[in-house]
Amino acid sequence: MAKLTLYDYELDDQCYKVRLFLGALGCLYDKVAVDVHPGSEHRSARYLRLNPLGALPILTEADLTIYGAEAILTYLALKYDTARVWLPEKPETFGRIMQWLAFSGSILSAASIARAHALFEIEADETKVYRKARLAFRLMEDHMTKQQFDDTFWFIGNTATIVDIALFPNIALSRDFGVDHDEYPALRRWMAHVRGIPGFITMPGIPAYH
Amino acid sequence: MTKTTDIVALDEWYAIAVMADVGGNPIRTRLLGQDIIYGRGPNDRVSVHEVDASGRPGAALPTRERYNCLWTSLGAPRHEIFRLAEAEEKDRRVVVCGWIKMRTSGLRLVENFLDMAHFPYIHPNILGAEPHTEVPQYASEIRRDVDEVWATNCQFYQPQIVANGPGGMVQLTYRVPSPFVVMLYRVCPSSPDRLDVIMMFIQPIEEDLCRALPVMYLIDDRSSQIDLLNFEQVIFLQDRIIVENQRPLLLPLEPRSETPTRADLSSVVFRRWLKEKGLRFGTAEGGRDLV
Repeated sequence: MAKLTLYDYELDDQCYKVRLFLGALGCLYDKVAVDVHPGSEHRSARYLRLNPLGALPILTEADLTIYGAEAILTYLALKYDTARVWLPEKPETFGRIMQWLAFSGSILSAASIARAHALFEIEADETKVYRKARLAFRLMEDHMTKQQFDDTFWFIGNTATIVDIALFPNIALSRDFGVDHDEYPALRRWMAHVRGIPGFITMPGIPAYH
Repeated sequence: MTKTTDIVALDEWYAIAVMADVGGNPIRTRLLGQDIIYGRGPNDRVSVHEVDASGRPGAALPTRERYNCLWTSLGAPRHEIFRLAEAEEKDRRVVVCGWIKMRTSGLRLVENFLDMAHFPYIHPNILGAEPHTEVPQYASEIRRDVDEVWATNCQFYQPQIVANGPGGMVQLTYRVPSPFVVMLYRVCPSSPDRLDVIMMFIQPIEEDLCRALPVMYLIDDRSSQIDLLNFEQVIFLQDRIIVENQRPLLLPLEPRSETPTRADLSSVVFRRWLKEKGLRFGTAEGGRDLV
């Protein structure tokens, strides 16, 4: 079998989405550490050849190169989760998964920008990205409040899907940019369940304790 | 916020930029509540200026280039930037880790750097591991001749002393040459007669906001640059979440405001030193009323 290689930065929340899923799948892979801060190596010619957007994560396997956390999660689920637990084929479920993956790749990315701004001084309109990140968390909180009324612990249906993996890192790391979890009780309960996924791993900013 | 009136803070030297980032485009930043601007002029001369009320460059500030960084002061420093003999050794590997911003007093960061007791809990399987949680007795003192704080004879069990290295008892010496600079000397595992040096330069932006830059002078010709960076940055981010959640955000100097244990000796001495100096910026006593 061709080897999976993840081009990774330990402190990057998008890379963590992929590491988290590879851990849950129990996939073996090679990790290539990229000097994002302070080196900006992800924007060097070498990495622009792999991803013209100049961003991580990037995953390669044999001749395939694929970038962007949501795309990589989808690929890995189809390829390595033959039971179709993480990405069920039922149209209604699949559609809702795509909806939340799009959410993860659009409005929720404000949380990634806010975090990069707070940590690495990446330029950003602070007021705007913070407002957007909080709105995204509020929408997630409202959704999970409803789910928990229906006695489900997960974002979609009764089992963990790639949506849970895609949405966990940004809120779990929100304290990195000063957003506490106190105002999101439903998300806190949900995060405790995500932590219970076999193969779960942490990253700096997500303490091993609760 | 406006420029602090704390003379003790104003008269210190502060690292504000990595030299490699100082170029033709002027960059604006803030030090002790005062906006400043730095850059390289047409004749390659590096300058730092205060930014005045109208947003234009005002008074020129003193500059130094030391340890791969640009240093400046808003006051009249009474001494030169501290000397690090190891930095003059030619076979040293210099690793400049990149600035990280933190929502806390820079003094909290220094204190956290001096603390060994948190290693097993905050940096599990790197700088510490349960059940090896005991901090063996060490010595800490204010060295009057140089006006610095030193902690000596520090030992701790570390599962991973250096990037990609094995574990063992690490031998450390801590040094605080100025209130916003802290460093440690570590007996180098690969050549026990020499010391690795890990420094942290802090740029206090406001009382409760700072940026910090780890700079290492190592004896290590095997580890890759990225492994060394990752090792230090992971530790730094693990610390960040703890330090940002300490309350009050500003460092209390009053002896009775917190209850130290024997392992906190360095912190006690550091706080006493700051109090003797009369430093107020970033302290609970002298700072703004926060949290």
